[in-house]
Parts: sequence; structure tokens; C-alpha cells
Amino acid sequence: MPESETAKQSEGFSELSRAVSTFVGEELVINFGPQHPSMHGVLRLIVKSEGEIVSEITPVIGYLHRGMEKIAERLNYHQFMPYTDRIDYLASMNCNFAYAATVEKLAGIEIPKRAEYIRVIMAELNRIASHLVFFGTAGLESGAWTPIVYAFREREYIVDLFDMTCGQRLTYNYFRIGGVADDLPKGFMEKARAFCDYFEPKIKEYNELLSYNEIFIKRTANVAVLPPETAVKYSVTGPNLRASGVKWDLRKNEPYSIYPEIDFDIPVSSGEKGMVGDTWNRYIIRMREMEESVKIIRQCLDKIPEGDYLTKVPRLFKAPPGEVYCRFENPRGELGFYLISDGGKSPYRLKIRTPSFAHLWVLPEISTGGMISDLIVAFGSLDLVVPEIDR
Amino acid sequence: MNTKEIYDLLKAKFNGKVLAYNEPPKDAFIVVDAKSLPEITTFLKDDGQLLMDSLVCLSGVDYPDRFSVAYHLFSTKKLHKTVIKVNTDRENPSVPTVSNVWPGAVSYERETFDLFGIIFYGHPNLERLLMPDDWEGYPLRKDYKFPAFYHGINAAGRSPGTHRIVNRDNYA
Repeated sequence: MPESETAKQSEGFSELSRAVSTFVGEELVINFGPQHPSMHGVLRLIVKSEGEIVSEITPVIGYLHRGMEKIAERLNYHQFMPYTDRIDYLASMNCNFAYAATVEKLAGIEIPKRAEYIRVIMAELNRIASHLVFFGTAGLESGAWTPIVYAFREREYIVDLFDMTCGQRLTYNYFRIGGVADDLPKGFMEKARAFCDYFEPKIKEYNELLSYNEIFIKRTANVAVLPPETAVKYSVTGPNLRASGVKWDLRKNEPYSIYPEIDFDIPVSSGEKGMVGDTWNRYIIRMREMEESVKIIRQCLDKIPEGDYLTKVPRLFKAPPGEVYCRFENPRGELGFYLISDGGKSPYRLKIRTPSFAHLWVLPEISTGGMISDLIVAFGSLDLVVPEIDR
Repeated sequence: MNTKEIYDLLKAKFNGKVLAYNEPPKDAFIVVDAKSLPEITTFLKDDGQLLMDSLVCLSGVDYPDRFSVAYHLFSTKKLHKTVIKVNTDRENPSVPTVSNVWPGAVSYERETFDLFGIIFYGHPNLERLLMPDDWEGYPLRKDYKFPAFYHGINAAGRSPGTHRIVNRDNYA
């Protein structure tokens, strides 16, 4: 190499090292997103960091905003049902359930007992499917590949059950105002029972694989702690709230549908491996909820009565004037529909209160001051779904 | 406590600022004076009988003659809930912020500002949230005219659903 080139190269290096030295002690702005392969949906986090320590997080949302609330004002009550599938695509059944039940409450529609049981079976199956995706991505975000493969293997059984029920593997649109679209198909009961028997031992396997894995505990225990007071102030609900030690579950505390007739527990974290409300607690609470969901499904399959599955509701029915706010325990937390009717055939105003929207804003609260790699783990543990934030 | 009892309590404490108690067909709500919202919400949160520590939902509503903001409150300690509403005129809509009472309100108020154009004064960062910064108008208002173009892009859209909604009566 000629001498002049070597000189040029070393000059380049020294320039680089000068540039590096000017960074020391200075803030660096990193853009996470809007699109990132490890994240479902488009969310942007503007992260200011000093070295590896996060000093400020500003979430930027709106990339997926579809104006669902405006659309609701333009469609009749039945027509809006498929849109609710898209609020939380990992738990479409639960969103269907919430919307249908809200309209029924406002319009005073009684639905058959069999439909209630079918609804709860579907909602709980979907809760397991949603928590399975959480389990897989929680592993992924902390650097473990195996869980996501396992989780999707088990989720496939649930998706198959939904497929045979309503012909869809995502965005099911199976619920109707007045009941469900169709009766359970032949063989569903047996298959659902078989799934419960198959799935229950799998949870123990997951616990051995990941939950009580030494490395995973080191990555998650005492990380991004969400104290109960902060959680309540930011309207955090669902598993994230229960992980902070607050025993609050709408299925028990403000029971709807047939939940009062079913025996199940609400898992609440007590700080087994670290502080109450840390990332590990948010993780384990969902693993325990899956066990409870299996319990609920088993009971529903035993108790389900014969009879109608749908009350006929006119295609263009008009809800009486009035307003109602209904809240439902979705896999991610409280899904609320605030529905105002002026007596017309479409809602006058439909506000959708989604859990992820509330949860997103605690992310800066719990992750500031921590490491960037912990931010990823904390983000995963909140179980956000972006279409639900943007609606 | 139910909404009626909370109303009686508020009425005794803030006479003249608590305007109405409504028992519509389904959910009961309390209407309060917009200017006294900070003191009333602080009372709702701190009073030993009420302890409304959680703001469950905050929603704007566009009525023909007014804007209304509904606060769905809940107490995780006392396990009761209520609905507080304030009204503001359509010409110059403004409501004081409650973000210093419930930090969760920061994002809800930004969303309501973005979609209704209601000013929440005292808010730390009242900017567009879901719409782009240079978006014109407030989409959830009933008289909102959907723009045909945004930065030269056909904003009316090609998807059949959007098309029908836009074309129905208010294609600008």
C-alpha cells in the first residue's frame, strides 16, 4: 500500500475516533419504528439515550388510524360488526363479544342461553390464542427462539377450531347482535375437549422451558417495574394491572354474560421472583390466566344447553335513545364501548376505549432510566397491539 | 355509592357548580360546570368516601348545539363508578384539563382535541395525536367535510368502504 493511502486511512480513523469522543456524555436520539420486523403494527418510539440508558421516550402513533369511530356513525348496528374484528386482530372474538353485548344492552335484546355459552367458549379460546402469541413474542424479545414455535403450534389448534366454526382463521366475525352466526359445527365439542386435554400439560412445559428459566428471570425480574398506584393513575387494566398486585377482573367484579355461573380464579402477582409489577410478573400472570381459561372452557362444554343460538333481530333495527358504557375483560385489559343512540339506525357516537391505548403511555414511565434492551422486553411485556391503539 | 348518591354529595359541596343529574334510559350521569371541573375532579379523586382514582374513559361528543366531554370514572378502592359530563359551546370549545388529576388523561385529551377540536387548557402538550400535524379540520365533528385531496394524494380513497362513506353526502 502506498504511503499516502495509509496516511489517508489513519486520518480517517482519527476523524472517526474524534466523532466518537464527541458522542460521549451526549444524548443520542434513536427512532424505533414506525416499522420494525419484531413488532406487529406500526408504532414509532423516539428514544433519547445516554449510552445504553434510556432518558426519554416519546411514542408517536396514528400511522394506522382508520377512523373507526367515524365509520360507526355511518353504518347501521349490524354493519359495524366486522370492523370490531379489526380493533384487536389477535382477539377478534372478544371484540365481537363486547360490541354485540353493548348494543344488546342498549336495545334491550335478550339472547338465548346457548348463545351465551358459545360466546364464552369462543372468547376464552381466543384469550388463550392471544396469550400464546404473547408468550411467543415475550420469548423472542428476550432472545429465545423456541417459545414462538411452540406457541404457534398450539395456537394452530385453536385457529382450526375457529376455522371449522366460522370459516375464518383471522378476523372471525362470528358474533351477531342477538347471538352468534351459526350453531357449533359437528365434532366441535369433542375437538375442544381434546384441545383442553392436550393443552393443559403444555403450560407446564412452557413453565419449565421459559418461565422458570434462570436467564429469562435475570432478564425480566425487577425490570420496568409498574407500581400499583402508577398503574391505576394511568388507567392500566387487565393482566398488566393484576401483575401490579391489584385484584380486579371484570369477569368477576362486574360480571357479564354467564361468568357468574362459572367457577374460576383470578391470578394476581405477589412478587415471586422480584418486585410486584415487574416484567416477569406481567409474563407469568398470562401463563396462569391460560390455565384458568382452560378451566372455564371445560365447564362451558359440560354445561352448554340445547336450544337456539340466535334471536332474530331486524336488519335495520333502531336502538332506543340513550347511552351506555359497557366494559369487558379482553385478553389485553378492559375494552369499553361508549355508545350513544339518538333513536336512529346507526350509533350517534361510538367511543372505543381500548386497553392498549392506555397501556402505551406507561411505557415511558416504566422504561426511562433503564437499558435499551430492557425497553424491548418491557414493551413486549405490556402486550400492545397497535391497531387497537390507533383504531 | 351509585351516581345519585355521588350527585347528592357533590351538590352539597359544590352548590351551583354541579348543574344537573340525568337519568337517561340506560346510564346515569352528572353534568357539572366546565370552569369548576378541576376542583370537582380533585374532590372526586381525593375525598375519602369517593376515591375515584381511575379515569376509565374520556370521550368527546358532538351534539347539534354543543360539545360534550364525558368522563367515566371508577374507584379501584371503593369499587364504584360514575359519569361526569361537561358541556361547552360549539363556537369556542374549551374545557380545563384533568391531566394533573389523572395522568392518563394526557393522551385521552390529546385524542379528543385531535378529533373534535376541543381545547383542553392547561394541558402540557396539546398536539395532534392520530392525524398528521397539518391535517385540516376535526374528523369526528358531525359537520366535518372530508378533504378530496391531501398533499396531492386522492384522500377519498379507492377502497369500496371508504368510497361509499365519503360519497354519501359530504364529498367536498
